[in-house]
Amino acid sequence: MAEAALQQTATDARLASLTLPTGGWSEAARADALSRVKSMGLPHRRDEYWKYTRPDTLTQADVISAAVFDEGTPIFNDIDSLKIVFVDGVFDEAASDDLSLEGVSIERLATSLADIHWARDLYGVLETRGQTPVQRPLATLNTAFATDGVLLHVTGKVSKPINLQYQHKSECSDAFLHHVIRVDAGAEVTLLEAGPAAARFNKVMEVDIADTGVFHHVRAQGRDHERRAATHIFARLGQESTFKSFTLTKNGVMTRNECVIELTGDDAIAHVAGACVGDGDFHHDDTVFITHDAVNCESRQVFKKVLRNGATGVFQGKILVKPGAQKTDGYQISQSLLLDDDSQFLAKPELEIYADDVACSHGSTSGAIDETALFYLRSRGVPQDQATDLLTLAFLAEAVDEIEDEELRTEIVDRLSGWLERHRN
Amino acid sequence: MLSIKNLSVKLEEEDKQILKGVDLEIEAGKVHAIMGPNGSGKSTLSYVLSGKDGYEVTDGSAYLEGEDVLEMEPEERAAAGLFLAFQYPVEIPGVGNMTFLRTAVNAQRKARGEEEMSAADFLKAIRAKAKELKVDADMLKRPVNVGFSGGEKKRNEILQMAMLEPKMCILDETDSGLDVDAMKLVAEGVNALRSEGRGFLVITHYQRLLDHIKPDVVHIMADGKIVKTGGPDLALEVEHNGYAGILSEVA
Repeated sequence: MAEAALQQTATDARLASLTLPTGGWSEAARADALSRVKSMGLPHRRDEYWKYTRPDTLTQADVISAAVFDEGTPIFNDIDSLKIVFVDGVFDEAASDDLSLEGVSIERLATSLADIHWARDLYGVLETRGQTPVQRPLATLNTAFATDGVLLHVTGKVSKPINLQYQHKSECSDAFLHHVIRVDAGAEVTLLEAGPAAARFNKVMEVDIADTGVFHHVRAQGRDHERRAATHIFARLGQESTFKSFTLTKNGVMTRNECVIELTGDDAIAHVAGACVGDGDFHHDDTVFITHDAVNCESRQVFKKVLRNGATGVFQGKILVKPGAQKTDGYQISQSLLLDDDSQFLAKPELEIYADDVACSHGSTSGAIDETALFYLRSRGVPQDQATDLLTLAFLAEAVDEIEDEELRTEIVDRLSGWLERHRN
Repeated sequence: MLSIKNLSVKLEEEDKQILKGVDLEIEAGKVHAIMGPNGSGKSTLSYVLSGKDGYEVTDGSAYLEGEDVLEMEPEERAAAGLFLAFQYPVEIPGVGNMTFLRTAVNAQRKARGEEEMSAADFLKAIRAKAKELKVDADMLKRPVNVGFSGGEKKRNEILQMAMLEPKMCILDETDSGLDVDAMKLVAEGVNALRSEGRGFLVITHYQRLLDHIKPDVVHIMADGKIVKTGGPDLALEVEHNGYAGILSEVA
């Protein structure tokens, strides 16, 4: 009783601290989300789904300040792309490119106020679908209160990536961004996300991929150490469609990245991968839920974490194979490299299978640097620090290699090398 | 070149003396071979010289051109010119062979205060040397030793040796796991590196490697000590009489 009352009080306080945007096509979805989040309540520390990650700093009404960190040139800045800049969750028109690009219509959530809009069929819809069997109240909170985001309707093969560049410039910013992406049949787009969106941010992305559509997503969550993040991706895949998402996380005292994928058309492919590196006061949680609800689909989850000086990594990954989803090929691997005895990795891999002709595998490991390999490298003249970095990058490679584009992959590896060089004994 | 005096070593973890006073003097330009039965301490000698963890030097010394080897980190020993060709080369998934070699070459150069090798020069050098050792382009691209056959691994060791140009080469049972053709290829690679300024210590069980890499001096090691030293004929004697014959003779 006491716990439920506390949760109610915390949820009420959080809701009271926010203002519900009104008007336009999203109004009904927001009202619905508000009532849903009221009845669910925000996550609390006794929630099974939050067993390894304390939700309090992500849910509390008071904003926690995070020192502003200037990381220099943002990642992906030199990649030929269409840049859309948000500063502390607020669109920066002057810093952004013109929002026009062949093969995609680009709008902003905050300014698309028509009563009828294609995004109405998706906004909060995929998020709602993702609430069963496990509730994700922070995403629902976002649907109700998101102040901005991009609405991408992809109709053709888009020639260059769309690059969402986030900047954190105010110490006490608290941002809600909600992106909606619809990829039409045969269309293809790459979405990049770079940087921390605010001192604390809650980000939702809903992606609906029609038959044979292709969606690539590569994001880097910045080097900003004190920021806190709760992000959700909800993706629905049609027949023969492809969804590939990779996330790089360096630093961050609190990160919860959830990815909820539904394979609804036959022969679809979903890959989700992540590499994270944390030093000291670092908590990183990857929570993935993939539902196979069609025949002959492939899903891959590849998550690698490098942890040191008491850093904590969490992985909760599930593959659900529904009845009839035969010929499913599901793969899941989560691994941590613990660079000292103080760091910890908590993993909960799950398979739930209701079809009899499937191949699903999962593995999870925690380990230290391979001393034999380290000695081999040193015996060839590679100094210990450099040899450790080489082996660490090798450990992360399986996740990084999930990125198809070589230029993007190289940027990610460069950033990881830089981080490792800065974080040595 | 390499001067080892009364080297005595025990395992760190257990109180077990492995080397019991090894004396060895290897001159530049010479090839010394150490032969001996299993468990005589041959491999331990190579590990201790290259700086592997887990051993405690209880007495004695090892100097490479006047520098105290035992005081150095493994990478410093490498930069000073010491090279160990491993009996069991290590597989390193995720690290490309070429990246590994270039990192090693340049790390050594940097440690010695020399200019780093440019990517173009490195590529040119490695292509030429790889060709001589029949190391194909695919082996250079693949992760270090991953999926290599026994022979490929050993050839890769010799390729590293050729690229790093050490002063003192230690070959730890380089013939193990090799068929006759592979052994010939490896031996040719080693012979090509023989020069006036370079010393070799070839550790082996069998005489047959020494048919291809002709030693100047042969030592027999048993129970942690050098028990007999002679010319190339000594290796033939081992082949004919076995270690038992020689050991009973010196006992």
